[in-house]
Amino acid sequence: MRYTQETAKIMSKCEIAPGVFDITVLSPVIAKSARAGQFVNVLCNGLTLRRPISLCGFNREQGTLRLVFEVRGKGTDWLSGLKTGDRLDIIGPLGHGFTLYDKNKKAVIVGGGIGLPPLVVLANHYGENATVISGFRTSSAAILQSDLANTGATTILCTDDGSAGFHGFTTQALDDYLINNACDVIYTCGPKIMMRGIARLAQENGIVCQVSLEERMGCGVGACLCCVCATKDSKGKHFKRVCVNGPVFMATEVEWND
Amino acid sequence: MTDMSVKLCGVKLKNPVIAASGTYGYGLEYSEFYPLSRLGGISCKGTTLHKREGNPPPRIAETPSGIINSVGLQNPGVDEFLNVYLKKLKIQDIVVIANIAGNTVEEYCAMAERLQESQVDIIELNISCPNVKLGGVNFGTSCDSVAQVTTEVKNRTKKPVMVKLTPNVTSIGDIAAAAADAGADALSLINTLTGMRIDIRTRRPILRNNTGGLSGPAVFPIAVRMVSEVAKRVSIPIVGIGGIASWEDAAEMMIAGANAIQVGTANFHDPFACVKIIDGLKNFADSLGLKSITELTGTLKEW
Repeated sequence: MRYTQETAKIMSKCEIAPGVFDITVLSPVIAKSARAGQFVNVLCNGLTLRRPISLCGFNREQGTLRLVFEVRGKGTDWLSGLKTGDRLDIIGPLGHGFTLYDKNKKAVIVGGGIGLPPLVVLANHYGENATVISGFRTSSAAILQSDLANTGATTILCTDDGSAGFHGFTTQALDDYLINNACDVIYTCGPKIMMRGIARLAQENGIVCQVSLEERMGCGVGACLCCVCATKDSKGKHFKRVCVNGPVFMATEVEWND
Repeated sequence: MTDMSVKLCGVKLKNPVIAASGTYGYGLEYSEFYPLSRLGGISCKGTTLHKREGNPPPRIAETPSGIINSVGLQNPGVDEFLNVYLKKLKIQDIVVIANIAGNTVEEYCAMAERLQESQVDIIELNISCPNVKLGGVNFGTSCDSVAQVTTEVKNRTKKPVMVKLTPNVTSIGDIAAAAADAGADALSLINTLTGMRIDIRTRRPILRNNTGGLSGPAVFPIAVRMVSEVAKRVSIPIVGIGGIASWEDAAEMMIAGANAIQVGTANFHDPFACVKIIDGLKNFADSLGLKSITELTGTLKEW
């Protein structure tokens, strides 16, 4: 059986930016087989649909998963009210995650807002060979900067309003970075408009780019065909399932203009 | 120990719980949670004569006690269903119901003929999909068209034909009677109710298709009422569908008149919903001392 349903105890919880929560749950079976870029589907009290939350980290020895989420609606609002010791019904590990290359490759990791959490696992993998460009509206919304720095990665913080770091978008920061730096692979997760810009820069520079997409989701396991995204290949346009064909796709596969 | 098996138009199901079309793919995803052989049957994803890409996303939104969806019958087409998915299903000891949808009566017939020589156990005639422009629910809303498509398909196949009804009609009893008179071997009801959600900030519908089909616990009481109404009008077997999320719901649906039930949206909430319902229903029947679960069907004591 590839998927597991676990009752996961919350081991720790903190609010790392206004409305953004960082929880660690004990979920040994899922943690054991989890991979970078995968997600879990979390049951929220009183709601019909589970909420997909990407893995910000997993520890196979301790059997824990780290989930970082932003309060966006009823489900995440309920989740944010839970306390240490409470239990969550989760299924996982779900989805096709990131493809990792040799640790000596130069990776540039670009995250926008709440798209950043699933990319932390990548920074861990590439360590000093990673450069993480992360963008936020403003300095108080910035998250996970010390986690990223602790991996040994170079971090470039961007804010839309210039209140911290580079004043501008991650696309501008990446464009500047690529002028003087080598890069073998780009990974990105964030608002679609940002990922489209990152994908275009990657293509212009001939660099492999993997994107992690998001869509309103039903079953989370590929059965219901609700969470599709437009993709393209030599035979034309196809809707693929974000939950099992993704959430990670090659940027060249995505139909960005849909 | 209650015998949980039921007969549905001559086909023996090991229990009355069937995974509902559209929520369960071709079953393979859920076989990563439990063996599909636990189920009474599986009603496969709505399949069309040719491959369909479906509607653009978003295709799903949460609603009070339910969801609306507008997938629009994305499927690989009947040939790939037969050559790839049916083979994988039939090695798992499970009753397979093929749910077929067409744009025209001719397409329904062509698919029925294609399925005739297959290992499909029952054909479920989907004349109730609310998310496609042609066909679908358009066939299911008038007695004449229900009768016509049922008669034509029955003429083309020896397989049992179960007609899946839409609740988006004035009189479900009249539609059910039309299908039964036209030779349907069984009826399944209800498909989804047409609904809509709007994002108040953008003032756009959440679903890209604007409208979608409402399912989940929100529709359960409507489904129970409709099954009980149809049970009074027809003598062919009824498969109750609509918002069943617990064994108590399943029992309620059977008491209302269902011979078997389908579980759909509940699978999203709990991937083990079907097996929990089977186990719960079994315990309940055992505690009542029933010899057969069929003793529950149609035992409603109306006021």
